[in-house]
Amino acid sequence: MFNRILFNLIQVLVVMAFAPLVSGILSRLKEMVQSKRGPSIFQPYRDLWKLFHKDEIVSEESSWIFRFTPYIVFVAPIFVTLLIPVLTNYPLFFAFMGDMLGGGFVLALGGFFATLAAIDTANPYGPVGASRTRMVGFLAEPVFMIVFFTVSFVAGSTIPYIVQAKWVTPMANFFAPSHVLLVLAFLMLILAEGGRIPVDNPSGHFELAMIDESKALEYSGRGFALMKWGGQMKMLVLMCIFLNVLVTPWGLAGNQTLGGLHLLPPVAGPDLRVAAVLLAVPLVALKVFCFLLVLVVIESSLAKLRLFRISEFLGAAFVTSVAAMIAQVFLP
Amino acid sequence: MSGATGQLLENLNALAGGLFLLAAFGMVATRQARGCLNLFITQSLLLAASAALLGLRYGSEHLYGVAVVNLISKPIIVPWLLRKTSPGEVYTRREVEQVLNIPTSLLIALALVVLAYFLGRPISNSVASQFRGPNIAIGIAGLLLGAYTLTVRREALPLLLGVLAMENGAFFTGIAISRNLPMLVELAIATDGLIVVFIMGVLTRAVQKHAGTTAVGELATLKEAAAESPAQAAKEEALAK
Repeated sequence: MFNRILFNLIQVLVVMAFAPLVSGILSRLKEMVQSKRGPSIFQPYRDLWKLFHKDEIVSEESSWIFRFTPYIVFVAPIFVTLLIPVLTNYPLFFAFMGDMLGGGFVLALGGFFATLAAIDTANPYGPVGASRTRMVGFLAEPVFMIVFFTVSFVAGSTIPYIVQAKWVTPMANFFAPSHVLLVLAFLMLILAEGGRIPVDNPSGHFELAMIDESKALEYSGRGFALMKWGGQMKMLVLMCIFLNVLVTPWGLAGNQTLGGLHLLPPVAGPDLRVAAVLLAVPLVALKVFCFLLVLVVIESSLAKLRLFRISEFLGAAFVTSVAAMIAQVFLP
Repeated sequence: MSGATGQLLENLNALAGGLFLLAAFGMVATRQARGCLNLFITQSLLLAASAALLGLRYGSEHLYGVAVVNLISKPIIVPWLLRKTSPGEVYTRREVEQVLNIPTSLLIALALVVLAYFLGRPISNSVASQFRGPNIAIGIAGLLLGAYTLTVRREALPLLLGVLAMENGAFFTGIAISRNLPMLVELAIATDGLIVVFIMGVLTRAVQKHAGTTAVGELATLKEAAAESPAQAAKEEALAK
């Protein structure tokens, strides 16, 4: 009991601590692909530190929504972290509080408040970007639904800890068409939800073309730092769901094997369990790094889509997820 | 064949089927003729992969034959023939028109796939149990999606690829139903397909020479004898104003 609460806390701390690093590594890798040197991978930490020590300016015209939003955006990913497998493959203390669908809703709540806050300031650029995020959001929603329905159809549950075990027992399940197509659809979703390149350009600072960035346009100082950190954590949480539940459910505490060899003895002594959880940190970091490489390839080889083509991109994701479901039904 | 390996092979075959279906969707939705051709090549490769996997699963040399014939004729000879016969201008144009917009098209395509499922279920229930797989339903879906591509496209080359996609779908069902297709039939079908490609490629070139475009959708209405091509007709209309 005590252990499970402790592991949950470690999980939250890991997500909080590593989220800026992930975004730093991603931007550094992107610059390296473009033959530039790029900022240090620790630059996001410095940005956050600087922003936390700056004054915050809040418009007189704005309401309480504007002031509360950074906290909601910051807390939502932390809340989802409690529900999903970040480091362990056995359910932790809060795991049965909500399933993947619930986690999706909590993340969407953060997005909803960010949109409200962008409209709240009456800055002309805020609502433009905010309504675009909503457009992407409502096109992504049916894909999320179908993905989760297919997952629950295949695995018989939407609790992520149960789903992840399903794909690798037996190993042949990993190549089931529903699994591979789901992975494809979810990858497209991550790109859309995280404001990555075929949908939105995260490094573009031209107000008229912004989609995801425009939500934090009016924030300064501490509020901006929280919005930024929250966004980075949301990305890491989505990656953790993608990698630990759908793509590579290996390397987590509880099933750490490498080519059939157990990295740690499989007996369950209390101190060994702590060691296993700590060992999971570098293994998960390795997986995230590999995923970042894939992301860099996608971002460097594709161009940003025109606004009205986004519906086609997400339509393709929708068809992929429905094909996953149908392929599952077709199997006799 | 042991149970675990058999299960793995069946799953890989089902995966090839899922990707086959996805490629068929892609052929409905892509804008460029070039992308359509690439998706057709992918689809044919997946068909060959499925035939090879089923051949391995049930130890049937005929299915290997199907795989090899498919691997040679569709991904290699068909694109080569098309390059030779049809005008190159089709490949370079970025936007190829469709009758419906793409999201609507995709939704109709999804409905067709559901229909294919209901068509395929009685067939797969009536064949022997070792032939049951996703192939029958997915093949019928590929056939219907190919036919749908034929109805919404207005460009000669994607229309031709729609016909070939229908043939791919029929083949995909065929390899699941009969394990012992005579080699002669396979070769005959493959040659038939190539001849269709050749004739339609030449026809496309003739259309382009005569009408100045390969967008056959625009050739649906009769024009007066004086206006030979739609482009010319438009020019004359502009002049009349």
